[in-house]
Amino acid sequence: MSIDHTTDRESKIDRTGTPLVDMRDICISFGGVHAVDHVSVDLYPGEVVGLLGHNGAGKSTLIKILSGAYGMDSGEIYVNGEKATITNPRDARSYNIETIYQTLALADNLDAASNLFLGRELVSSVGFVDDDAMEAETRKIMARLNPNFKKFKDPVSALSGGQRQSVAIARAVYFNARILIMDEPTAALGPHETQMVSELIQQLKADGIGIFLISHDIHDVMELCDRASVMKNGKLVGTVDVADVTDDDLLGMIILGKKPGESE
Amino acid sequence: MTDTSNDTGVQTPPAAKGPVARFLQATELDTRLLGMIGALALIWVGFHMYGALVNGFGAFLTPRNLWNLSVQTSSIGIMACGMVLVIVTRHIDLSVGSLLGFCAIVMGVTQVWFLPQIVGLEHWSIWIIAVIVGLITGTIVGAFHGYLIAYMQIPAFIVTLGGLLVWRGAAFLVARGETISPVDSTFRLLGGTPEGAVGATGSWIIGIIAAAIVVGLVFAGRTQRKKHGFAQRPMWADTFIAAIGAGAVIGAVLLVNAYPWPRGVVRRYAAAEGIEIPEGGLFISHGFAIPVLILLAVAIVMTLVMSRTRFGRYVYAIGGNPEAASLAGINTKWMTVKIFALMGFLTGLSASVASARLGSATNALGTLDELYVIAAAVIGGTSLAGGVGTIYGAILGAFVMQSLQTGMVLIGFDAAIQQVVVGSVLVLAVYLDNLYRRASK
Repeated sequence: MSIDHTTDRESKIDRTGTPLVDMRDICISFGGVHAVDHVSVDLYPGEVVGLLGHNGAGKSTLIKILSGAYGMDSGEIYVNGEKATITNPRDARSYNIETIYQTLALADNLDAASNLFLGRELVSSVGFVDDDAMEAETRKIMARLNPNFKKFKDPVSALSGGQRQSVAIARAVYFNARILIMDEPTAALGPHETQMVSELIQQLKADGIGIFLISHDIHDVMELCDRASVMKNGKLVGTVDVADVTDDDLLGMIILGKKPGESE
Repeated sequence: MTDTSNDTGVQTPPAAKGPVARFLQATELDTRLLGMIGALALIWVGFHMYGALVNGFGAFLTPRNLWNLSVQTSSIGIMACGMVLVIVTRHIDLSVGSLLGFCAIVMGVTQVWFLPQIVGLEHWSIWIIAVIVGLITGTIVGAFHGYLIAYMQIPAFIVTLGGLLVWRGAAFLVARGETISPVDSTFRLLGGTPEGAVGATGSWIIGIIAAAIVVGLVFAGRTQRKKHGFAQRPMWADTFIAAIGAGAVIGAVLLVNAYPWPRGVVRRYAAAEGIEIPEGGLFISHGFAIPVLILLAVAIVMTLVMSRTRFGRYVYAIGGNPEAASLAGINTKWMTVKIFALMGFLTGLSASVASARLGSATNALGTLDELYVIAAAVIGGTSLAGGVGTIYGAILGAFVMQSLQTGMVLIGFDAAIQQVVVGSVLVLAVYLDNLYRRASK
């Protein structure tokens, strides 16, 4: 991961090639409620696409379909142009799709290394989990992401919010994600840690990783994202180039469910 | 050692600590474990002193009592190992006592009613087939409970409460309420009669191998830490741990070898083998009882499973955060089936020990065992909130419970007082554990 601070907000994302992810016409309903209703979004290498909307707009549900937590009712997902079958989190991981959940999804009673490798433990030749090797790897990645992190032996319940966040991020980054889903990554963080996450997003972009960023915060989206897809009541309001719109345009899309320029 | 103080997150400089704290830090011993061993020692010494002072004879700390204590703990201890997994994953199993009775009856029927007609009475294969049938029965029933809990989404409390009634009734129906005896004579050895122990030489062989493994593990750990460049424990601390571990093993061998066969058994044995009994009697040591060795084997295997395998890691992860475990790609439903199947397997194993010890199979065998098993796990530090619990803790918990009961029998307390004390100790133990956890945070 080379640190490259070319602010590519101006340097346009190349969207002529194959998208990393192309979700087409996705539907899912829970007990008759159309949580996601014929929604299509896509994501290109090195791009950050913001998903915006009210609580219950369906953005988290849409992303949980991509990460394998929910199975969709209908629709198609293409990864690198090839049709992907994602029915559980393992499938998603096999397509190099990694997710940082809003709840972080950490097992509080386990230490950082166990959480980082959860479901993908390093094992020794006889098949036993190799805790020492996992701790050594965790130390390496943490030295890069959060050099102040020292609590390798403690359960993650003993860590601060920012430290827990860095464990969750390390888990996504360690396994060479090509597609990263971040669900409200800065909601529980202080200003310093929020800054850290922003810098990380820039680094990952520079490495050609595509990021779906779910957020409530329009300012976050304006600052970090290249495009924004807005959802309301399970439907896609529209996808816009962030450079072409103002904060108020986005707000209008979220609240009124209308694209800028559409008549009232 | 100094460079590790940052890594372990300990702020206090080593010099500011007392010798005890420094000792604990250097050896990295689990203070909870030490506390439990201390409590157990207190119970043992307390009962012994009470007997010595009030009744004029301290019967507790004798080879005979401790040997019997170990045998009596085996059945509950084996099941407690499985209950740890069940409780760690936020479930409960109330059916183990009834399932034990059911497995025992199935094994009894197999070896007393069916097999003698096929292979002949006292055939060498009878005990093996009976045990396998019991293990399979337990595993299938356990897996079925797990299936109902995981895939039908019926709470474990309800499934196993139903199981408590169903399997007790089924045990009655299978044998029409009869007591099935006598069980096969080789099968009986599993219960830990004088013959059902491995003798002095066998115990020494086991003891020396075990001691060597303890020492080997400690120093293998050193090599491993060195390989990854982690901080080492000081050499004296590792030596100390190795010495204590090996010493405890050798002490146990000396203890079980100090308990001789009763005179009647020796006379029968001597007559059968044609040995002349010398003046002053023949001293034949019991050695480790077979059920105790079964418990130890279960404990070692389960400890490895819980701390060294993915399966064990997932058990803890599910207990800590079921949703996170599921999002990490762990098939939590299938895990639940496997955990309950394992609980059933261990219940079947425990049923072998319990019915072999009794020499017969009755449908009442194992009544109330579910409560003792749960209590053993909980006293041993397994948290009902999930995510926390150890195998060694549960076994120590089983020893604490059995020590209290045995101790009160030895000093002449009646059954009513025993119940009051055991019940109170359960509540007190959990309270103390809560205090400890809060203090150590």
